[in-house]
Amino acid sequence: MNGFTGTAALARLAIRRDRFVLPGWIIGLTLLLAGIVAGLISGLSAQDLREETELNVNSPGLRLFGLASGASAGSYAMLRDYLTLAILAAVMSILAVVRHTRQAEETGRAELVGAAVVGRYASLSAAVLVTVAANVLLAAMLGLALVANGQPAFGSFTAGASVGAVGIVFAGVAAVTAQLSSTTRGAIGQAGAVLGVAFLLSGVGNMLGSADASGLRVVSAWPAWLSPIGWGEQVRPFDGNHWWPCAVAAAAFFALVDTAFLLTNHRDIGRGVLPDRRGNATAGRSLRGPIGLTWRLQRGATLGWAVAMLAFGVIFGAVSEQAGRMQGSAREWYARWGGTDEIVDGFLTSVIGMAGIAAAIYVVQLLLRMRSEETGGTLEPILSSAVDRLRWATSHILTASLGAAGLLLLFAIGTAATAGPLLDTPGLFGDLTLAALVQVPALLVVGAVVVALVAFQPRWSGAISWATLIGAILLGPLFGPTLGLPQWLQDISPFTHTPKAPAAEITLLPVITLVLISTVLASPGLLRLHRRDLLLPA
Amino acid sequence: MTEPAISISGLVKDFGTTRALDRLDLTVRAGEVHGFLGPNGAGKTTTIRILLGLLRKDGGTATALGLDPWRDAVPLHHRLAYVPGEVNLWPNLTGGEVIDLLGRLRGGLDPARRAALLERFQLDPTTKCRAYSKGNRQKVALVAALASDVELYLLDEPTSGLDPLMEAVFQQVMRELRDSGHTVLLSSHILAEVEALCDRVTIIRAGRAAETGTFDELRHLTRTTVTVETARPVTALQRMYGVHDVHVNTTHATFSVDNKRLNTVLAELTMFGVRSLKSSPPTLEELFLRHYGEDAAVEELSAAR
Repeated sequence: MNGFTGTAALARLAIRRDRFVLPGWIIGLTLLLAGIVAGLISGLSAQDLREETELNVNSPGLRLFGLASGASAGSYAMLRDYLTLAILAAVMSILAVVRHTRQAEETGRAELVGAAVVGRYASLSAAVLVTVAANVLLAAMLGLALVANGQPAFGSFTAGASVGAVGIVFAGVAAVTAQLSSTTRGAIGQAGAVLGVAFLLSGVGNMLGSADASGLRVVSAWPAWLSPIGWGEQVRPFDGNHWWPCAVAAAAFFALVDTAFLLTNHRDIGRGVLPDRRGNATAGRSLRGPIGLTWRLQRGATLGWAVAMLAFGVIFGAVSEQAGRMQGSAREWYARWGGTDEIVDGFLTSVIGMAGIAAAIYVVQLLLRMRSEETGGTLEPILSSAVDRLRWATSHILTASLGAAGLLLLFAIGTAATAGPLLDTPGLFGDLTLAALVQVPALLVVGAVVVALVAFQPRWSGAISWATLIGAILLGPLFGPTLGLPQWLQDISPFTHTPKAPAAEITLLPVITLVLISTVLASPGLLRLHRRDLLLPA
Repeated sequence: MTEPAISISGLVKDFGTTRALDRLDLTVRAGEVHGFLGPNGAGKTTTIRILLGLLRKDGGTATALGLDPWRDAVPLHHRLAYVPGEVNLWPNLTGGEVIDLLGRLRGGLDPARRAALLERFQLDPTTKCRAYSKGNRQKVALVAALASDVELYLLDEPTSGLDPLMEAVFQQVMRELRDSGHTVLLSSHILAEVEALCDRVTIIRAGRAAETGTFDELRHLTRTTVTVETARPVTALQRMYGVHDVHVNTTHATFSVDNKRLNTVLAELTMFGVRSLKSSPPTLEELFLRHYGEDAAVEELSAAR
């Protein structure tokens, strides 16, 4: 027996446990790319592609979100969607590695497995192997999606590889953070922070870069080279088709996994390398009721979101003035979302709408905690004290709603802080604040669906809640009009009904209607929660 | 006599097609420590969760402190404290924070008692819950429950993670509770613990109360083990009604006898000239084995009844 004994068996176990999750990720990302290329990019003329690419090259703000490498359809697809795909591939990897390492330890499954004929490194190597395999498969599928849309085969698979490489590096990152932190949440959070820094480095590197002689290519500045996302961009599929940045990614992956194996030698099962801190011997004043408890449980997640929302507000505010000079289809897109010809207003309406969608993710994440409190057994001590179920559920709903409103306000403050001096629009701060708050009713509808699902369909509440949110986003203003969906379909999404502020006046009717719908959806859920058996662990 | 603290009759609970509780009867008198004994899966935790209003009963009646646990959960919970069998806590809160929080949610706890219990159970309240062992998590739940001065304590296998030293502390605390007139329902599958602490006991098996009563009453149903040395070899033992497990080695004999046949059997024995005799009452272990261990023994028991 050596340290790797049992890896194959554990890898099979991981595949069995992930038999829906990983294929879901891979198919979802493949369809996303195939859909965008088929629906949006194939129809563009060479002239359009050239203009869109030049727009990016000439707008440092837009360079945050992609690296221009020539004006072919394939290059433009990568310019437009590489970042999304790379970040999602990284998230897939982080979640998968942590699920099979730290989460297994935290729940005690690893102890059970570790007592069998299983080496010290088996769990980690199985998790990494399965995740790398998923990324290789993802790369191949993305390549096929591009080939199917008539793109050159070599460039297509190179593009797939540039995304898969990012996923593989983040499998390594998560392998390390799973050793450092003693909790699932901590391991995911640390790896997510690395992902955020990687995004910022590549974005800033591109912003600070320079256009080459053709005017269709950006040569990145050095910060981009510090980022795995930047490495993938430097592959420049359909243009240079450089494979050597993939080798850099591979080297980083091996170094990270090696580090993770070293760390496993220096820690006990169930513990992290970073020490557990001591805490207070008594509960503070805020920890006295269900709301205090819920806030305490969600505080960390909310603070992380707050930093991100403020940062994105600042970034979007900073590029708002450049957005005013946008031409072509991008201009139309923002104008359509805002329902206005004033492109800056349209832009601000769009970014606040996107912030609303981000806050909806936060709402779903927070409300699903109700389900994990129930199945995790921590609901039992609460409800066996003098707290009834309604009060407990209300504490979660209030925390999620107020938290989301706070995040949106932070976003508005960040946007106003940087856009204000650039735009010189009187009353901008007040307009943006109102526009941020008017996003909340749509979030309440999404939240009400989650509450109803946790009450009526607890076992599948997580999956259906996320599917509902994805559906609402796809049908909403972010994608619906671009995908050419009929109006009645778009109307299903609550985001469609959010007033288009600050471009348009805020009308009360849709706001009130959304609030009413959320009440109608949530009330039976709350009643049901009050009446049904709890699903407590045995 | 005052109203019983817990009164359950004909209680039924189904999980899908599985019948977890099958017409269970259980009465806990006010001021007693009542043992609730049964093997894993017998329905102890389900019963307690129904008494807490966490699960809904499918039939029968169940009241605690005169209240319907489903309808009057909140007023009931003001007057009781609960220690779950499997203690799950919030990993990022410290033990001390959880104790305070649960106390406050119940409507307050006694800081002096809290401090004394922390001291007696040797629990460090500054550790995050994720770093606690099972035993320490159990101590957190115990301190949180016992630091509140309530009428009724529901304890679901509260010592399953405690070491013997801490178990002794727990038993001492239980005696103090009993002496001060509190009611305790103590579920357990550890017999010595129940034997040491409980006034009365209910044995649950497969969702039904198999036996209920004081230990003396239950022992009445069982056999006494007798070791005897006689002047002449005992010959007639095997044929005697109510005598079991006979081992004879000329003048030494060991056997067990149904308690209600004890007098007759002893009378017969004297005819062989008894030189020494040792009898031991059945332990709860034996009682338990009869109920759950050997089906044959269970059948004999019911035949003898």
